[in-house]
Amino acid sequence: MIRLISLIAALIWSAAAHADQMRLAVTTSFHNSGLADILLPEIQADLGLQVQLLVVGTGQALRLGRAGDVDAILVHSRAAEEAFVAEGYGTHRREIMYNDFVLVGPAGDPAAVGPQSAIGNALRRIAETQAIFVSRGDDSGTHRRELSLWASAGIGIDTADPAWYRAAGAGMGATLNVASGMGGYVLTDRASWLNFANKDGLTILFQGDPALFNQYAYLPVDPAQHAHVKHRLAQKLEGWLVSPKAQAMIGAYEIGGQRLFTPNATDADAPAEG
Amino acid sequence: MGEIWQGLTAAFRLIVTFDADLVEITLRSLQVTLTAVAIACAIALPLGAWLAIQRFRYRRTVIALLNALMGLPPVVVGLIVYLFLSRQGPFGALNLIFTPTAMIIAQVIIVTPLIASIAHQAIRELWADYHDLLISLNATKRQRMATLIWDARRALMTAALAGFGRAIGEVGAVMIVGGNIDHVSRILTTAIALETSKGNFALALGLGFVLIGLAIAVNLMIHGLGRTEREGTW
Repeated sequence: MIRLISLIAALIWSAAAHADQMRLAVTTSFHNSGLADILLPEIQADLGLQVQLLVVGTGQALRLGRAGDVDAILVHSRAAEEAFVAEGYGTHRREIMYNDFVLVGPAGDPAAVGPQSAIGNALRRIAETQAIFVSRGDDSGTHRRELSLWASAGIGIDTADPAWYRAAGAGMGATLNVASGMGGYVLTDRASWLNFANKDGLTILFQGDPALFNQYAYLPVDPAQHAHVKHRLAQKLEGWLVSPKAQAMIGAYEIGGQRLFTPNATDADAPAEG
Repeated sequence: MGEIWQGLTAAFRLIVTFDADLVEITLRSLQVTLTAVAIACAIALPLGAWLAIQRFRYRRTVIALLNALMGLPPVVVGLIVYLFLSRQGPFGALNLIFTPTAMIIAQVIIVTPLIASIAHQAIRELWADYHDLLISLNATKRQRMATLIWDARRALMTAALAGFGRAIGEVGAVMIVGGNIDHVSRILTTAIALETSKGNFALALGLGFVLIGLAIAVNLMIHGLGRTEREGTW
């Protein structure tokens, strides 16, 4: 029994022994882009800071931030982020970069979304033809955006027939797997799509509408709510992410010759104290 | 079918090149699960023995409950453990959330009922044989339990291996309480889930084959050490 307790103690100790670590909840779409694999080693080298990523949906990321289980979050759902700051869980919201969403579907394009002029028309075509559409259905940033696009297209998606509107309830990659298995349409961020390995008959059918703009923001968890959060490290990371070096790295990141993210951090929304 | 073949080659390549990440997550899988099974055995074996020899009013109910808990859904266990260990939870101050320790706690809860149920079953049958002998020797309750556990050790090993099997392949609970953080709490099953979500089926399958191989290796090793299935010693 004593050995058991000392073993447990050793495990706890080994988890706590490293200095300068912080936890950052990021969205699956950000992680699947592969950008994290480029940035994290540089952060480690420049700041001596080990960033532990928790890859979850925006809904869960905000929940982890509210509970104080992470030190900062990097998500893309503006209304939810502003509510997070307004409720006092985040100190502020700092825009870092953006990418865009694309509508992916079977190469044959049975609903003919390709020639449409706006995303609203494309979605209406899918609803009219009742072509299979796979939704994230997991309260993530991408899911929330999809819902708002349906709403602005004037389609009550809550009452849609599950025969064509399929809520996968899963992360971006898993949802793309479902869409590829069913030959369905799906809304995805460009980064996840380019990095996805199981494309299998799916292709980008609609893109470029300004309504598909996808802003990522960084929100440190407020130490006034959770005294234990590593706010100093979270600020350090923010400073690095908005630095010219990091912004240039984000802008230079490409997959297959395509640029994924456009850096757009400005000093305008920097926190007042720093 | 092509994917399965690619998976096999991916597994082969990972193993022969002694891939550093693979070694790390495999060792962490083993560390988490073996620790969890050891702790679970320390609780479940005496509990199983005690339930076999002790007669009390709600014994049947307790045994039925234990049997039912064998099917405890890991995701629910994960969520409950998360809520307890989260910084807002009652044990938040211990700062255990998203660590291997949290994963061990969840796995202990998942496998203890399983091991205790199988242990109880095995020891109950042995108790029928040993009852008169141990009573006539006037053995204390503690001595009875110790004798039964020792003499039922081969069946109890099966119980422990069943627990190991359930824990090593489990993903729902450890994903929630461990968070699948690279170099901190990523283990084989959560890595498989991650690679599947990226559409990297070959790599996911490769990791899956490594996991299956690991389970077989551990079972063979335990049987080897326990010298079971040999002439004259079964």
